[in-house]
Amino acid sequence: MTDKFPEQIAIEKKLPHAVYDWHAQHGDRTLIIDGTHLLSIATLLKEQLGYNFLVDLTAVDYLPRKPRFEVVYHFMNLETKARLRLKIQSDEQVPTVPSLTSLWPIANWYERECWDLFGVKFEGHPNLKRIMLYEEFKGHPLRKDYPKTKRQPLIGPEN
Amino acid sequence: MSTLVKPTANGHELQALEGSVYTTKFDKLLGWARKYSLFQYPFVTACCGMEFMSTACSHYDIDRFGAAFPRFSPRQADVLWVVGTISHKIAPVLKTVYEQMAEPKWVVSFGACASCGGPYDNYATVQGIDTIIPVDIYIAGCPPRPEAVLDGLLKLQELIQNEKHTGTSGRGYK
Repeated sequence: MTDKFPEQIAIEKKLPHAVYDWHAQHGDRTLIIDGTHLLSIATLLKEQLGYNFLVDLTAVDYLPRKPRFEVVYHFMNLETKARLRLKIQSDEQVPTVPSLTSLWPIANWYERECWDLFGVKFEGHPNLKRIMLYEEFKGHPLRKDYPKTKRQPLIGPEN
Repeated sequence: MSTLVKPTANGHELQALEGSVYTTKFDKLLGWARKYSLFQYPFVTACCGMEFMSTACSHYDIDRFGAAFPRFSPRQADVLWVVGTISHKIAPVLKTVYEQMAEPKWVVSFGACASCGGPYDNYATVQGIDTIIPVDIYIAGCPPRPEAVLDGLLKLQELIQNEKHTGTSGRGYK
């Protein structure tokens, strides 16, 4: 276990119980946080700590581990080149986290992709619908329990 | 042209017309005209597209075969080149393009993805375009080299040359 990062200390000063865990390997600094505080933590990162770039947003399905899902955010400070990763763990059938579209417009597409492929629901998203697949598609194909060869064609035979 | 013969009357060559008139069968003439005037519709979706472009460029010069004219309107094209991976999301578009092409029309499946799904055995990829539209020529490779593409084109032209257009024994358009 490493020492606390400055960002973590700043977050904990404002939200004492929001950070569940932290680790850093090979310079990858990660905070595992309480999903309900995501919006205030992201606001703090953006407005006070200079993390002005949301690099990526995705999810991981760790089936059969519990908690099963992790929603992962990658932030970058474009001035200092510092990077920070936030993770939210969830064991719900439909993990639900707050949307970051109010802070970074790019989150709009990231979150639609994450909803489409992993079935993570982003509360407050203005238009949470499929972006990679088509509307008629059932399920979320990057979940581990989606059958690998199952096909849902718009036209033509199933396989 | 090996399919043309000199005109004869009662087994004797007509000296007066020699060199200026040839007789042939209508099917052969139509096939010959069609095979050297192909208007292609390139439906390019993936890495195979680079090989397609390279085949069309000056080094390989697909123009030499009378098959270089790309038309991005299905109503003005008669060969549909399906170049690359076809996902289930784009499949209805491909089918619509095929259906909008006027007959006679032919389809070339270019590369492993279009022919059988290639390396992608997953929720998104059509496992061969022949599951949605009829295919005349398959070009193997991932991606195929330009030589393979030209070979495929020559095979298609051979097929077009030998098609029957008259009578009832023809290939029959789809």
